[in-house]
Amino acid sequence: MSNIGSYEERLKQFSWSVAENELEYAAGNIINIGWYCSDRICLRGDGAKVALYHEDFCGNQKRYTFNDIRLAGNTIGSFLRGLGIRNEDRVCLFMDRIPELYLSFLGVLKIGAVVQPLFSAFGEESLFVRLENAGTRAIITQRKHVAKVRKIIDRLPALEHIIIVDYNPAKPLEKKEVAFSLEEAVPVETMELFPTRAESPSVLHYTSGTTGQPKGVRHVHYSLISQYLTTKWVLDLRDDDIYWCTADPGWVTGTSYGIIGPWSMGVTQCVLDSGFSAQAWYSFIEKYRVTMWYSAPTAIRSLMKAGEEIVRNYDLSCLRHLASVGEPLNSEAVIWSQKVFGKAFHDTFWQTETGSIMITNFPGMKVKPGSMGKPFPGIEAVVLDMKSYEPLTEPGKMGLIAIKPGWPSMMRMYWNNEEKYREKFVNGWYLTGDRASIDNEGYFWFVGRDDDVINTGGHLVSPFEVESALLEHPKVGESAVVAKPDEVNMEVVKAFVTLKPGFSPDKDLELEIMNFIRKKLSPLAMPQEIEFMEKLPKTRSGKIMRRVLHAQEWGEEIGDISTLEND
Amino acid sequence: MDDMKDLVLNYVIKEYMEDGDEEITYDTPLISSGYVDSFSMVSLLVFLENKFTIKIPPEKATPEAFDNVNSIVALVKQYLK
Repeated sequence: MSNIGSYEERLKQFSWSVAENELEYAAGNIINIGWYCSDRICLRGDGAKVALYHEDFCGNQKRYTFNDIRLAGNTIGSFLRGLGIRNEDRVCLFMDRIPELYLSFLGVLKIGAVVQPLFSAFGEESLFVRLENAGTRAIITQRKHVAKVRKIIDRLPALEHIIIVDYNPAKPLEKKEVAFSLEEAVPVETMELFPTRAESPSVLHYTSGTTGQPKGVRHVHYSLISQYLTTKWVLDLRDDDIYWCTADPGWVTGTSYGIIGPWSMGVTQCVLDSGFSAQAWYSFIEKYRVTMWYSAPTAIRSLMKAGEEIVRNYDLSCLRHLASVGEPLNSEAVIWSQKVFGKAFHDTFWQTETGSIMITNFPGMKVKPGSMGKPFPGIEAVVLDMKSYEPLTEPGKMGLIAIKPGWPSMMRMYWNNEEKYREKFVNGWYLTGDRASIDNEGYFWFVGRDDDVINTGGHLVSPFEVESALLEHPKVGESAVVAKPDEVNMEVVKAFVTLKPGFSPDKDLELEIMNFIRKKLSPLAMPQEIEFMEKLPKTRSGKIMRRVLHAQEWGEEIGDISTLEND
Repeated sequence: MDDMKDLVLNYVIKEYMEDGDEEITYDTPLISSGYVDSFSMVSLLVFLENKFTIKIPPEKATPEAFDNVNSIVALVKQYLK
């Protein structure tokens, strides 16, 4: 029997108080995610239980009990306090998936500061706009990434502390840098927890939109309520599970379900800090006897590409439940996993803004391959007519996925961007920006994005951000960026570029521009293909018609081109 | 042969290594270590194809084949005329 039991029964009598009661939380009480994920588990007698098995790319292993992560959170929190970090200050975590990333998350929250996790592959410009927007006071990073911080530090007056967790004494520290070694620090047994309440800010994740700069999605400590319950009912975690969430905590899945969900339940999780390879992943599952595996369609498609033969080299009988997130899970992947692992991957749909799973295929429920599933109990999800924004009642009709606001982990604001935040709500509905239809059994079926944002490997990339960066290349005249279909990543970035007079296209210039964007923004944003053009399609008023290029890439009808500029 | 390895090695250091302290050799894992991720592999592939005037089929450009300088050079050699 799954944790959720009967979905229909849960719907009938649902209240978020289910989670509040299990977490012994009552309105008005102190609620601190850092404490719930460590101290509370120790207080219930599970301090000696393993919280984290960690393995790096060289095969070096570490293990931390819940008491270890409690002490580490205290030690890091106390260190930050010693630097003068206070509640609601933003502290950026800019690290690979090393243990300090997970442990710092707890430490920052325990002192009431706001965690700002950023993907460590971000280039200096991506890093800069997010640190500047958040007014970040401290950044915790590694030696291998500090060079990017050094390049932008002079443009970030609010950034006072650069904390390096693997400092090399042979190299001098530079401006605002301070060394901190968790292994060498004296463990702090007790510390005063900052008394955060339900609406106290907790995590600030950045996400990309079609236009403008990335938006800081601010969550609160009360988000724990829905993150805990969705972990229990959707991921179906149990006390004796070994859980592996393959997401990087630079993105919301890596924090909501790579830290908060499992640890608030006191479940052991494991982390592999290594690049992808099918052999390495299967070997990891076999070695740690992973029972619950939460991954992404891109990874699943890469495993499919590696073939079925290789699976037979490993004993994966430990796997009990599989789930997927980040982009729509195609039916072929669901069918393949059922055939190869004897278990179907269960798709989960949610966003940085929603903070927790909204629509999903529940354990025990009939999985319709390719479907998103049904809304979580307590989540009122509909599809809205594209023009009237009224809910559609006719099965199979496509509209905008919208959710009635009010669940615990709903974002509370876009940082410093009230206008964009308000635009997300129409007629009392939160607009997800995705389109779907609902069948006659209430299952949602994903259709596509309602904007130009590129979903590559489960990560959102703003075409605007890439176009702006391209224009900073000295040889680029104009640019337009669209999604291009990709077998593994669903979509990848493709750039159309015109050159300034005096420059001509060649393969070396293509590589030069690719590397320029990779270093400036991130590998995700790097165009996987660049097409040089004499001129870009524009309206008569001079606006680049991105949709014409998009249609060309996807083999779609171009639509109305009456406004297209003539030669 | 070592010239080819050095050329690839120096390119990797210049383009993908952020910290000058990191020491890498012909055998250092590049993909599994995260120095070069799956998205960046495309730029490394373009570099190899441009530099050696070859075409590597997409199915041969695997994380395993790109995981260190030795394996990259072995792959390139298969397509050199």
